[in-house]
Amino acid sequence: MAELIAKTPAEGLLPVTAGTMTLTEILPACVTSVAPFKGQEKAASAALKAACGMTMPGPNRATGKDGARAVWMGQGQVFVLGPDAPADLSQYAALTDQSDGWVVMRLHGTGAEDVLARLAPIDLRATVFKRGHTARTTLLHMMMSVTRSGANSFDIMVMRSFAVTAVHDLTIAMKSVAARE
Amino acid sequence: MRLKCPLCGERDRREFYYVGDAIALDRPTPDAGDVAWDDYIHNRDNLAGVTRDLWYHESGCSAWLVVTRNTVTHEVLSTALASDVKRGAAK
Ligand SMILES: [Zn+2]
Repeated sequence: MAELIAKTPAEGLLPVTAGTMTLTEILPACVTSVAPFKGQEKAASAALKAACGMTMPGPNRATGKDGARAVWMGQGQVFVLGPDAPADLSQYAALTDQSDGWVVMRLHGTGAEDVLARLAPIDLRATVFKRGHTARTTLLHMMMSVTRSGANSFDIMVMRSFAVTAVHDLTIAMKSVAARE
Repeated sequence: MRLKCPLCGERDRREFYYVGDAIALDRPTPDAGDVAWDDYIHNRDNLAGVTRDLWYHESGCSAWLVVTRNTVTHEVLSTALASDVKRGAAK
């Protein structure tokens, strides 16, 4: 038998530091796609609350906190990031295991907004994009999910196969912003 | 060009994929006959002016949208979720 070595999606790529900003990898043990069946949205939300402590977020919103978070990922779809898959939801929603399929990163520090302004075509300033807000948009040419997790921090998800490119693009933008300080 | 996704809000055109005439939402019944099926599959007006097309919010929420816009003035007249249009909740 081959001895397989588990690697995290951003293994060897992170952390990255530029100025006072950091880009680190977040490792949720489980990422589960939750797509409620027709008419079961409320029941799925109640079941998620019972299982994980947070309700199902509506469009452009995230619920929960570090360690157990639910992030709206598109029409009729939410990702639950946490220690376990919310199995109790299976009668109300289609559950798909996405663990290891996405790289989850946190961009933190003064200037984080300026970094994302160079990469994403939407307004992510704090006056518009507040804590608990999330968006599906692009990171240059990659599809991404971006969530504001704090005053100076954003949680960014892209598909795992984009990890090298995403870290490269974020690093260049971080260095460019840091160089102007 | 910017399109207003009913879920995500106003977004840049690069987030969308253009699909084609929204006639795809009005599939004839299997026994509708050759003329109706010929129209549905092959015949488009290709007009300069107001068109009603399907767009896919590929790099956004993955929803299909019905976009009514003017190809001469580039004015976007309305956007709606294709799922709502199919269910009769929007026009
Ligand atoms: Zn959208």
